Amino acid sequence: MKRNTYKSVPDISGHFGKYGGRFVAETLVPLILEVEKAYKKIKKKKEFIKEFKKYLRDYVGRPSPLYYAENLTKKLKGPKIYFKRDELNHTGAHKINNTLGQILLAKKMMKKRIIAETGAGQHGVATATVCALFNLPCTIYMGEVDYKRQMPNVFRMRLLGANVEKVKSGSRTLKDAMNEALRDWVTNVKDTFYIIGSVAGPHPYPEMVRDFQSVIGDEAKDQIKKAEGKLPDFLIACVGGGSNAMGLFYPFLNDRNVKMIAVEAAGEGLNKKHAASIAKGQLGVLHGSKTYILQDKDGQIIEPHSISAGLDYPGIGPEHAWLKDTKRVKYVSVTDKEALEAFQLCTKIEGIIPALEPSHALAYLIKKARKIPKNKIIIMNMCGRGDKDIFTVAKKLKINI
Amino acid sequence: MSQEDLLKKKFDELKKKKKCGFISFITAGDPDFNTSYKILEKLPESGVDIIELGMPFSDPMADGPVIQKANDRAIKNKMNLKKTFGLIKKFRKKNKITPLVLMGYYNPIHKFGIKNFINQINKNKVNGVIVVDLPPEEDNELCLPIMKNKIHFIKLATPTTDKNRFKKIIKNSSGFIYYVSITGITGANYKSNMNLEGEIKNLKKLTKLPIAVGFGIKNKKDVKKLSRNADAVVVGSSIIKKIEEALKKKYNKIKLTNYVLSYIRNLSSSL
Repeated sequence: MKRNTYKSVPDISGHFGKYGGRFVAETLVPLILEVEKAYKKIKKKKEFIKEFKKYLRDYVGRPSPLYYAENLTKKLKGPKIYFKRDELNHTGAHKINNTLGQILLAKKMMKKRIIAETGAGQHGVATATVCALFNLPCTIYMGEVDYKRQMPNVFRMRLLGANVEKVKSGSRTLKDAMNEALRDWVTNVKDTFYIIGSVAGPHPYPEMVRDFQSVIGDEAKDQIKKAEGKLPDFLIACVGGGSNAMGLFYPFLNDRNVKMIAVEAAGEGLNKKHAASIAKGQLGVLHGSKTYILQDKDGQIIEPHSISAGLDYPGIGPEHAWLKDTKRVKYVSVTDKEALEAFQLCTKIEGIIPALEPSHALAYLIKKARKIPKNKIIIMNMCGRGDKDIFTVAKKLKINI
Repeated sequence: MSQEDLLKKKFDELKKKKKCGFISFITAGDPDFNTSYKILEKLPESGVDIIELGMPFSDPMADGPVIQKANDRAIKNKMNLKKTFGLIKKFRKKNKITPLVLMGYYNPIHKFGIKNFINQINKNKVNGVIVVDLPPEEDNELCLPIMKNKIHFIKLATPTTDKNRFKKIIKNSSGFIYYVSITGITGANYKSNMNLEGEIKNLKKLTKLPIAVGFGIKNKKDVKKLSRNADAVVVGSSIIKKIEEALKKKYNKIKLTNYVLSYIRNLSSSL
């Protein structure tokens, strides 16, 4: 039997090597065991897969195109660059792949209410959207800091009928939103389903979110084979919690010749304020799983920083921690400034306004392109569009709009 | 030689007296090291049978706003696990009989180091540990090493715990069972659980361990009502609320300490 090395995780207890697990309050354990059981049962069912695929096609607009970014390729004089255009999805990011999968599961489990956390607001919007579609009430928790820097998304969520709760505890960003969502869940265990937005949280979430996002990599694989007749040489994606990267990488993990690069947010610099959990974090436990976490010498969680709200998280999905250890994926980081430059360049020469999150992946690509031969092929995950970020960018560029 | 089992001794003593025990929760270093020591040292004479001392954490996921703020205050005043053991050391110099258990979240312990943590527990005569985010699924992390060292590892059971789950929980737990009276966070309203008495009775059929009930217990009436079935009651948020109130009123340290302790005396006197 051929051993599928990179696809053998998580194990039965939800561990990716020493990472992952189920570090949650006892009240929640029966619940997450129930989610795990239900997910295991339906994920292979034809009727579930069919329904999921139908919504991905007709509602989300999948498959998202694989676009040859000719102008950027010519400018950088390096490898052939393709964008996997998940920013063209309904709601403007990859997040909806996962919320759709999870809400179908929640419905199968007869849950009556949905909760979610959000950083940039993309996951919040994607959750509020599917809740509108399936007529389920939802509460979205959002840190006060993010709330202020992502006002357009707050308004979108409200229009979609969601109750948006401003979280004022701790650093008032994504991690605090997740704390608050967990507190809600502990309180409303019976009727509520928690749609976690990243490959984080207790088992089975990291696995489940990865599976739902794998549609990105599955499509990209088919598309690049059609376009180039071969697999790419590199995959590149940004990582906060790491769901878009897992989604792109996972289907390629056993294709050993495909190199993978994940780009963290170095914020103001790795020796200043940043959100680079792999580069600067230490092993710890947060939000239900063991992974690399930004923490101080006492084990208190450090407030992360990134220009991009979606990367502003002090941890990383446990599978990424494992992929780092096994060296299957290379983890690097770029600063706010570099991401901002990439944002502007892409907008000007490709006519695509990227979100600040994939602008990080783009920035690394721009930096490295010259060192990569022209006959190589790179796929970058354009996981979100930048409309939500124009206010942040304008402020940074000191422009009044 | 392992340390004296103060926790067992206490529960045996309570049983003999047919008395329900009173467990108080405060956060170590809230609002600062010295004030929290002043409160801690007077707890036994204020009617507290077992002391639960919170280890501050920046992200206490199972706690309501009152205890969250207590954690924030303590961390702001540079409290950490090392100093928490310092606080206990100071307390143990004068008091060698009141059982003391540590309660908190796993990350600060993990960072401190399991070996180091166990050493400090032994050195400072801590009697047990409660870690909110370590369910039986993660027993290998801390529970088993702790129990191997003859220190009590106290687990939580909740209204979502069914019979089979409870059996799994008690397999590796000792000292007592901490029964969370509600599905919710600390400081919430326990009255919403109408089945509590029945739930406690059912648990008692499955274990000989004493059962302490906590979360959302706010006043004399609550304490009295629960004492009919539980072996002990745990009060946390409503005590810490008094610290918060005293700080708002700008009480000095002595006045704050007295304000908090008189509230505790009032509650414990109902048992």
